[in-house]
Amino acid sequence: MSQETISGTDPSPDADDESLISPSPGADAVGHERTTGEQSETRTVVETQALDVYYGEERALQEIDIEIPAEKVTAIIGPSGCGKSTFLRCINRMNDLVDSARVEGELLFEGKNVYDADVDPVALRRRIGMVFQAPNPFPKSIYDNVAYGLRVQDDTENLDERVETALRRAALWDEVNDRLDESALDLSGGQQQRLCIARAIAPDPDVLLMDEPASALDPVATSQIEDLIEELAQDYTVVIVTHNMQQAARISDKTAVFLTGGELVEFDDTGVVFENPEHQRVEDYITGKFG
Amino acid sequence: MSRESTHVDLTGDAVSRSAKERGVWLLLLTCAALSVFVTFGIIGTLLFDAIDFFTEVSPVAFFTGTDWSPAIKPYSFGVLPLVTNTLLVTVLSALIALPLGVASAIYLSEYASDRVRSVLKPGLEVLAGIPTVVYGYFGLVYITPALDVVLPVSTFNALSASIVVGIMIIPMVSSISEDAMSSVPDSLREAGYGLGATKFEVSTGVVVPAAASGIVSSFVLALSRAIGETMAVVVAAGQSPTMITASNVDTVLFNSIQTMTSAMIELGVSDLSGGTTAYKALFAIGLTLFSITFVMNLISTLVARRFQEEYQ
Repeated sequence: MSQETISGTDPSPDADDESLISPSPGADAVGHERTTGEQSETRTVVETQALDVYYGEERALQEIDIEIPAEKVTAIIGPSGCGKSTFLRCINRMNDLVDSARVEGELLFEGKNVYDADVDPVALRRRIGMVFQAPNPFPKSIYDNVAYGLRVQDDTENLDERVETALRRAALWDEVNDRLDESALDLSGGQQQRLCIARAIAPDPDVLLMDEPASALDPVATSQIEDLIEELAQDYTVVIVTHNMQQAARISDKTAVFLTGGELVEFDDTGVVFENPEHQRVEDYITGKFG
Repeated sequence: MSRESTHVDLTGDAVSRSAKERGVWLLLLTCAALSVFVTFGIIGTLLFDAIDFFTEVSPVAFFTGTDWSPAIKPYSFGVLPLVTNTLLVTVLSALIALPLGVASAIYLSEYASDRVRSVLKPGLEVLAGIPTVVYGYFGLVYITPALDVVLPVSTFNALSASIVVGIMIIPMVSSISEDAMSSVPDSLREAGYGLGATKFEVSTGVVVPAAASGIVSSFVLALSRAIGETMAVVVAAGQSPTMITASNVDTVLFNSIQTMTSAMIELGVSDLSGGTTAYKALFAIGLTLFSITFVMNLISTLVARRFQEEYQ
């Protein structure tokens, strides 16, 4: 189902989407190539080399090689159980919390293998923010939610100001600025998810991981989140897992297609993947022949 | 849409079933009403005899008197020594049980592996199954001599009693708190970890606040249990009602005291005859005790509701 038709925002991809938040110069055609400042070569932030993940005996990802560019939106799509969430959770080592998970191969963040013995996952996660499938605000005030990351990182200088900045960037400030001390749980689902985004970006991470961030939201809230993601990609490297192909086509610069078995089948500019995929299997998936 | 077509038989056996339903309803209502009825019966008895007592001893003398001497002349029925002694044991045992109980709960819920938890949790709960009189003698025979090495304790003392009551109520705190923490959704933990929080920060800054209403309930239940505890206190703390004042607050711990429940036992088993003032005092203390626990429960409901409003 197409989200835009219901939400009433402009459905045409080239007529463009960032309008709500700020006019960004020279932005996008179908492939959403973002022409910021130096449009030359893009820097790679996250890179994997032969990344394998096992849950017990079961292999969830096989031999993933991917280079995720800085300050772009990289979408990861694929059918259920293809390992797309698993891949996302490898990047900030959230899979460490799953006892049976085992990772092989290399995952380089800014050139450093995050699975090296000397890497502290806590320190890693301070550089890589994450937004989850369903909104999961803490049962605390709106302010305390946004401040949480800064507080655990002992980085509380200008706290008020930075909480405000994060809420503004998450396009939530105008809705909550007069009730920052109220419980975050009183917000609507869409507001809660934007709060979770504010919470994730408050400590100013380098990368923002999003695991189907709009899947629990209604179409209006979904479209707000999508606008927000495009806005955020001007400063952050965004990696978003989605089961919604239109969403990937709308908001991403690059698209990775994982297929069943945990295999990365195709990774290219979004326009290419959706219009002229190299693999028949990817075309079948995208055109809805399976999945 | 056509309406005619087949005639479906939907009569069923509603008539005979409704008789049965009514029978079941009546049975369940009786069960529910019975406990309420008994409760009111008990309150009524307490009130009836307590009022009788208050015709002989003025409520002012009872509630403000600082000397409890129901059986030895000159008779005196000041309940304050008993109340303060009860509060002493309650506060001290809470100081032991609340931190230990919450710490155990955090360990069990957040740190322990499934295997460790499957051994430790039932182990902790066994503590709750030990008869309280055994705790009392454990205090008297082991804890008091151990304390005696370093502190000037007498054979019966408030400190030993408070320690055993504290140990006794740990499982109540840890078990209920652990249940509350375990039911905190993992998505909140993930949010914490995702922001670079450590395990300790997630446990104390995310899980404990989210489980606050359950933890507070466990505190109140444990405190009520400590207030009402009888046997362990009788055995370990003896039966010497001691008014706690500024002058003895430093030594009262090391000496024998008498709580409200303990005084009731003494009155109940002594050879006082039915009609005496001392016998009726039993009901006045009982009513006082009931009022205290009733207020506690009321506070707990209010506190839990407040936390619930904020956290749900």
